[in-house]
Amino acid sequence: MTTPEAALHYRGMRLIRSFEEQALALVRSGEIVGGIHPYIGQEAVAVGVCAALRADDQLTSTHRGHGHVLAKGADPRRMLAELAGRESGLNKGRGGSMHAADLSLGILGANGIVGAGAPIAAGAAWAALRQGSDRVVATFFGDGALNQGVLLEAMNLAALWRLPVLFVCENNGYATTLAVRDGVAGSALGRAAAFGIPAQEVDGMDVAAVRAAAEQAVVRARSGAGPSFLECRTYRFEGHHTMERRVRVNYRTAEEIDSWRQRDPLELCGLDPVQRAEVDQEIAQLIAEAVRFALAGAHPDPAGALDHLYADGLRPRAGAPR
Amino acid sequence: MTKLSYAKALNRALADELARDPAVCVFGEDVGAGLSGLTPGLQARFGADRVVDTPLSEQAFTSLALGAALTGMRPVVEFQIPSLLFLVFEQIANQAHKISLMTGGQIAAPVTYVVPGSGSRDGWAGQHSDHPYSLFAHVGVKTLLPATPTDAYGLLVSAIRDPDPVVLFAPAGALGVREDVTTELAPVPIGSARIHRPGEDVTVVAAGHLVHDALAVAEELAGEISVEVFDPRSLYPFDWPALAASLARTGRLVVIDDSNRMCGLGAEVIATVAEQGHRLRALPRRITRPDGAVLPFALGLDRAVQPGRAQLRDAVRAVLS
Ligand SMILES: Cc1ncc(C[n+]2csc(CCOP(=O)(O)OP(=O)(O)O)c2C)c(N)n1
Repeated sequence: MTTPEAALHYRGMRLIRSFEEQALALVRSGEIVGGIHPYIGQEAVAVGVCAALRADDQLTSTHRGHGHVLAKGADPRRMLAELAGRESGLNKGRGGSMHAADLSLGILGANGIVGAGAPIAAGAAWAALRQGSDRVVATFFGDGALNQGVLLEAMNLAALWRLPVLFVCENNGYATTLAVRDGVAGSALGRAAAFGIPAQEVDGMDVAAVRAAAEQAVVRARSGAGPSFLECRTYRFEGHHTMERRVRVNYRTAEEIDSWRQRDPLELCGLDPVQRAEVDQEIAQLIAEAVRFALAGAHPDPAGALDHLYADGLRPRAGAPR
Repeated sequence: MTKLSYAKALNRALADELARDPAVCVFGEDVGAGLSGLTPGLQARFGADRVVDTPLSEQAFTSLALGAALTGMRPVVEFQIPSLLFLVFEQIANQAHKISLMTGGQIAAPVTYVVPGSGSRDGWAGQHSDHPYSLFAHVGVKTLLPATPTDAYGLLVSAIRDPDPVVLFAPAGALGVREDVTTELAPVPIGSARIHRPGEDVTVVAAGHLVHDALAVAEELAGEISVEVFDPRSLYPFDWPALAASLARTGRLVVIDDSNRMCGLGAEVIATVAEQGHRLRALPRRITRPDGAVLPFALGLDRAVQPGRAQLRDAVRAVLS
């Protein structure tokens, strides 16, 4: 017997995994230009955290954002269309992989700058307090962001003003090729402790553990007690970016990758094989449909390349395509 | 009739907008105490949760304001010194300015950034004397540079109500300006220039505190040369049709611009005028800080680097000779 949660968690992770595998294939076939930062291996973090969130809660994400965006409920068809640069994409093809956003779902945007989402999340949390809402905001970031001043500044403000923020550090061991031990003095938890933010280390391959920790943090945030910090120990099975295949950098051993693959979050979540097969089939259909939808979408008209630059329609004068 | 100071005008704009719209809020260092002169009395009137004293965390509170703007607030961020904009260029130019386009128009980012004391203050030296409006105009962030108290009031009100990020530079050299206010203060549309003094012989484009220098020079030369003083007020967007109309009358152009020469506003104005094919009766002139300038400390050196009245007078005479 497996729990209903396990089925839900597995479905969420399967969706992200299959989406990513399909996206990798589309990068290889040239349908997705610019490449992607694959999230494969880290699915338990996005699914566990988002399972603890309400629909009106919000999040900010990173350059490796597909998992967070899908886990928060983004339509995989429009998301894949976005990656393929189509008008039918979440962002009308203006954002692409690193900026996928759906404001209607509280996804305030993935972000191409390491650490940049944290103060934005703090601002959304500050606004929630001002507006008398009990919504909370999760901000995802990697271990590399632990050395960005702006993240530490945001942690200070969040702690000082008791903002309802979940700081979710996805420690996958590397910032591009730099190992954590060579990049982070002290520790992730130590960073949080310095600001008096309750922090805990979580097995980031175990979706139920991530969810349980996130639920605690959400309760704390909603009660007005302020931010929490989760360090999710996880691993990315693929390269930092799809470009990595071509440049052939070597910074992880095959044994290390293998040992983490033994702890694949999809295998660990404990859904029984019959149910898994059903979910797999459902997701396979969904992804096939997403590919059809994405590739059938129209390419944006180059004459509109600067549409949406300003909210009130003001257009630049020179150099504009129109 | 009352004498309104430039700083008081900004203070009144903030107070009026805070009173009008509960989504408006102010973030900055020492805003409760009103150290910069823009915010005195506001915290007492509107509360510390709307006029928020921040720790010295410019990068965080600049993007915190963005996050609040994305979720229904209309924040105004005050910066104590202009060079802090270099610190938060990422948060303004790379985050706030880009989010509307990058999300395909899903969201607007109504944040106002106010920089009181931009440019040279006597003896503040290298790191406190920049006047970095050209950087923001170049990126395409809406960039305002009011010269007078009524324009300061009107442009700040428009900035706060605008759905996009807007940077308003209040030049140090204009903060002391006072004005008799006879009519009711009103919003000034972003992108609208103002002719402070009509003239027939030459158009002088000047912005911020330099408008007052241009007016002084125009007055000095009045018997000899008829100078039109053209103040764009908003550097981005720039009111090109108004400038074209002015040049059609005068046929001569001098630009005075308190930023570095290379890639500056002066270059932009002259390039655009050339491109648009205006038939000028003399070669245009620009007066700027030098290429790559950093303001030196000693007052004589500081003044030597800044554009001033004597240079403007010479340039005006030169285009008429
Ligand atoms: C401030 C900043 N510096 C550098 C980069 C280039 N860059 C993009 S991702 C990345 C590594 C980030 O590592 P980490 O935060 O651990 O996240 P992960 O890639 O492991 O998910 C770097 C250096 C960037 N985007 N932003």
